[in-house]
Amino acid sequence: MRVLVIEDDRETAHFLQKSLKESGHATDVAGDGETGLSMAQTNAYDILIVDRMLPRLDGLSVVKTLRTEGNRTPVLILSALGDVDDRVKGLRAGGDDYLTKPYAYSELLARIEALSRRAVPEEQETRYAVGDLVLDRLSHRVTRAGEPIQLQPREYRLLEYLMKNAGQVVTRTMLLENVWDYHFDPQTNVIDVHVSRLRSKIDKGFDRPLLHTVRGAGYMVRDGAL
Amino acid sequence: MTALSDFFLRSMQTQAFRLAAASATVFLLVATMIVGALFWQTNTLLTDHVVAELHREAAELAAEAKAIEPEAFADRIRARSLTAGTSLYLLEDVAGTKRAGNLPALPAEIAGSPTGGVFRYARDGDAPGAKRLAVGIPVPVGPDQRLFIGRDVEAQSELAERIKRTFLWGFGALAVAALIAGLAIGRSVLRRVETINATTRSIMAGDLSRRVPVTGSEDELDELSRNLNGMLDRIEQLMSGLREVSDNIAHDLKTPLNRLRNSAEAALRDPRGGDAYREGLEGAIEKADDLIKTFNALLLIARLEAGVVEESAETFDLGHLVHDVAELYEPVADEAGLALAIETRDGIAIRANRQLIGQAVANLVDNAIKYSAEAAGGAGMRDTTVSVKVTAAADGPAEISVADRGPGIEAKDRDRALRRFVRLEKSRTRPGTGLGLSLVAAVARLHNGAVRLEDNDPGLRVVVTLPLPQGA
Repeated sequence: MRVLVIEDDRETAHFLQKSLKESGHATDVAGDGETGLSMAQTNAYDILIVDRMLPRLDGLSVVKTLRTEGNRTPVLILSALGDVDDRVKGLRAGGDDYLTKPYAYSELLARIEALSRRAVPEEQETRYAVGDLVLDRLSHRVTRAGEPIQLQPREYRLLEYLMKNAGQVVTRTMLLENVWDYHFDPQTNVIDVHVSRLRSKIDKGFDRPLLHTVRGAGYMVRDGAL
Repeated sequence: MTALSDFFLRSMQTQAFRLAAASATVFLLVATMIVGALFWQTNTLLTDHVVAELHREAAELAAEAKAIEPEAFADRIRARSLTAGTSLYLLEDVAGTKRAGNLPALPAEIAGSPTGGVFRYARDGDAPGAKRLAVGIPVPVGPDQRLFIGRDVEAQSELAERIKRTFLWGFGALAVAALIAGLAIGRSVLRRVETINATTRSIMAGDLSRRVPVTGSEDELDELSRNLNGMLDRIEQLMSGLREVSDNIAHDLKTPLNRLRNSAEAALRDPRGGDAYREGLEGAIEKADDLIKTFNALLLIARLEAGVVEESAETFDLGHLVHDVAELYEPVADEAGLALAIETRDGIAIRANRQLIGQAVANLVDNAIKYSAEAAGGAGMRDTTVSVKVTAAADGPAEISVADRGPGIEAKDRDRALRRFVRLEKSRTRPGTGLGLSLVAAVARLHNGAVRLEDNDPGLRVVVTLPLPQGA
């Protein structure tokens, strides 16, 4: 994946470049809004990571300009401003996702990977399958090795989101935002309890666990060990 | 002397003195105009009367002159002159020789005038140089003689003069009195303002506990003093609030920062090396995350208190949201061995920030579960239900109530528990930021709602009231 990081703090930019490279993503860095905009205009990137406060041209203007020009590259906005209003403004400007500083690198990585996947035109999949676990999006039925599994509506949506991002790390915050549509801190790790309930329904009694916990990051549905 | 002149100078700079002086001046001007008009009126009235009388006599004499011989006429004039009183007569022949009358000579002022006028003359027996005021007119008495009659108006003139003097003295005294009153008022006002200034100066110098004295006269200055004192009370309250806030922030951030530092240091010193480093770093990240949570909560409360979240209000079903959020905690309550009773109804539409209301409800349910779980762990409790309710009266506000069977909050601490940034001593040792309730209160305030803490007997019930949109 080719990533452009527009970030004026050199240490942060360097950290991102290094970490993304380790994760196997080629990364360019722009130190201000104007440079970032022209780089995004001339090169094809799979994802843009844009800091909100930038010298010369602020992050939201960069995103707005690109969107007006018809550039649909997924954008993750990074910001120190984190309340609901700031988020709304960021998404309204054309950002696809919004991450508040300070963040965990694993959170950022999971989000840009989810974003790049979303960019691929999603042929309305009616059925997700991971190993012998099958989720039918039309009938809302879930089976494991042909055996039906009874899920609560919320558990169904949790599994649906995990299977849609099968093979990729999904963080707790991503689950909270996408399955529950909550953009706040629930204090306790409520998500863990929900996931472990789901796990007991889909993995219990099977040799090959499909729902894995990724240490320090989140969860992943995948056929086979991590 | 300098003190006196200094006092005058300062007095003259006071608003009260200026007002007094200005009003005295205006009063004097108007009074002068009125007196002037009165004086002029009186004068004209008196003079007019005299002139009318003169004309009547002139007509009489003119008729007489035609009827009788000049000599006989002269005798008549002589006779009149003897019993004249204030009347003045002068009969001359064409050559200008006096033939009869009590006027010594034709007054120069009106010698050539056909209509007459005011003149001065000297009476026989008067002190030399003393001249009396009179009015006179010529009377047509034929071609051979000239008659001039007049009236002495010295008495009227003196009366007018006296009136003028009386008025002048009177108004002069009034003006002086007004100025003195102005000065006195100015002085007392100045003194009280000076007291206020002295107090405010010492407050500015840092003594925030000082207050402006109130005289009890209930006048505007007392009101000013009261308002100043009220303002100072508020400022002092805010200042102590701010001090408390910064103390709490320092405590809330420094303690975990210190723990973070300690764990890094401990890992570095650990002789096991690699594994210890990894554990230490993982611990450090965990502690940093806790710090970030606390910091975010503090920041959010501060921003809510400033009322800056405005763009993201939306209309949503409150019962639905509360039910949803509470449900998020159901497995957690379950694991803690608690029953979570959710009792909401649909159709309560509210206009608010959905995320913030969600956060508030999450905080309340999270707290309720934590405290109930703790209490349940201690003694085998019979009732461990955490109940979450949403109600709305027909025209009243919506109410979200979250009740637990935990230790509750003592009545005396309840007010404090809701104050911004305040954490009760007991909550400091528990996991989590401990800012949950402060945040709920801030969210409620932002939406013009309120939070009250009640006794759930045993346990705590937190009730959040939120106003419903008008006309809904």
